[in-house]
Amino acid sequence: MTTSARRSSLGIFSRLPVRRIVLIVLGVIITVAAIAGARATLATGQYSGRVWQDLFVQGLARGSVYALIALGYTLVYGILLIINFAHGEVFMAGAFTTLFLAGYLSSSGFMASQPVLSLLIMLAFSALVSMGVALLLERIAYRPLRGAPRLVPLITAIGASLFLQYTFRGFYGEQVRAYPNIPGLTGDWNIFGISIDRPRVVVIGAAILIWSSLYVFIERTKTGRAMRAVGEDREIASLMGIDVDRVIVITFAIGGALAGMAGILFILLFNQASFDMGFVPGLKAFTAAVLGGIGSITGAALGGLVLGLIEAVGPILFLSGAGIPSVGQLTSVVSFTILVLVLIFLPGGFLGAPEEKRA
Amino acid sequence: MDEVVSGYGASEVLHGISLTVNEGETVCLLGSNAAGKSTTLRTILGMVPTRKGSVKLRGERIDGLATPDIVAKGITMVPENRRLFAKMTVRENLEIGAQLRDDRPAIASDIESVFSMFPRLKERVTQKAGTLSGGEQQMLAIGRALMAKPSVLLMDEPSMGLAPILVEQVFETIDEISKQGITILVVEQNANVALGIADRGYVIQTGRIVMKDSAKALLANPELSRAYLGELEG
Repeated sequence: MTTSARRSSLGIFSRLPVRRIVLIVLGVIITVAAIAGARATLATGQYSGRVWQDLFVQGLARGSVYALIALGYTLVYGILLIINFAHGEVFMAGAFTTLFLAGYLSSSGFMASQPVLSLLIMLAFSALVSMGVALLLERIAYRPLRGAPRLVPLITAIGASLFLQYTFRGFYGEQVRAYPNIPGLTGDWNIFGISIDRPRVVVIGAAILIWSSLYVFIERTKTGRAMRAVGEDREIASLMGIDVDRVIVITFAIGGALAGMAGILFILLFNQASFDMGFVPGLKAFTAAVLGGIGSITGAALGGLVLGLIEAVGPILFLSGAGIPSVGQLTSVVSFTILVLVLIFLPGGFLGAPEEKRA
Repeated sequence: MDEVVSGYGASEVLHGISLTVNEGETVCLLGSNAAGKSTTLRTILGMVPTRKGSVKLRGERIDGLATPDIVAKGITMVPENRRLFAKMTVRENLEIGAQLRDDRPAIASDIESVFSMFPRLKERVTQKAGTLSGGEQQMLAIGRALMAKPSVLLMDEPSMGLAPILVEQVFETIDEISKQGITILVVEQNANVALGIADRGYVIQTGRIVMKDSAKALLANPELSRAYLGELEG
């Protein structure tokens, strides 16, 4: 509905739909409330610099995991314009399956003598498992639907997601299982004079390395260029001699491998695995991808980090000053409020093109 | 070597088209909107499936092959409306034209020769293709196609959306490319300009070839404009 009929009296606002004005007012109210909350919290002086620092690093680590998973959503969306809602389960498959390898490495004593090599083996193994699941999804669930309306693969994705969850539950049970600790990854490291939990250092470092490798791959290699070409114009890509099916398979493989590695990094932070462990991180990573601008690789990294930071710092910063009890419970309320806020003002996310059609 | 390209019937748009382009020739395919010109080119490249009949390149059937395989045999196209990769730079668009080639030094020197053909592109080498003007985009689209080192170049309405002076330039370029020994099949609505550089021409109407002759004869033929093309533009 528009207000075009009342153009003369409302001036500039007449060009905006009423709904848009309501959203913007809502956005401004939330922003003002958040700033007030933050001021109140800081005024209490209840939290020391050390606490903020710790929350910040925690947010970065969590955000790094979101970012790596988000890349899988964004890569597939960039090429096929579908949201692979089973991607959280791709993440779970790698992390959960690697649990058994980790158990073996730990009980055989190999992990104690070669912790770094063990971690690398786990990363590689998880990446392979997740890649395998992603490739099966592409072949069985998505390829037959190529050319179908975009709602159809979306429904398929949800079905595939449930199928994978309950397959794993059927095989391995529904209990949450603890991962063995990797020796040497407890305690803190001193980085630039700040002492940081070792797992967080590894997670952030690994994520930076993995993201940078992907960026160089996409921007500088022939295959990366082919992926971008298929994303822009599939028919012309094939006119350039590019095998589109092969590029789509590669895209799923890369997204899967990234999710698998993210699974191990997630394990380093939380030390446990279960059949439904992919659901929430998958949803959060999807949020991160949208926040950053879906289709954009840099956007996925940015969205992941911002979301992670908001989740870690946000509840305390925005809410505790207002006297709200147990703010940790409200993490998701804060993060999704921020998502709504960002989408009100930047409908395409941080780096997305708002004029593009979305699923 | 005798090179034959003949297409037949696709998706009810083409009802049995026969045309031949000999090696080294420039042939133009004329017709009004929706006559099936673009479909003819797309059928040759396998973007539209051939339902009946055959498409041959140097005597070898290529219908039924996937587009990338056909392109690998040395046919490529400058598509209608250019269809550049808008988010990629000028250089990347040229590089992707050479996607099937592995000879790096030769690719680099071919990029240089595209630049010497179109100096404007060199000035804009790091710019995104989407930011170029219409004329520059057409140059880049031609350059991108040449980077595949094709033996046969198909061109779909290269004059579309360009100012008359640019149209003339584009056709001069096509003439130059032809002199390099590349076989050209160009689809056009702008009959006069196209016939000016072509050896032979075909006229297509609602999916059928209704006229074929040498370019000179077609230009001189008053029926061309009256019957099939409507008004002729300068």
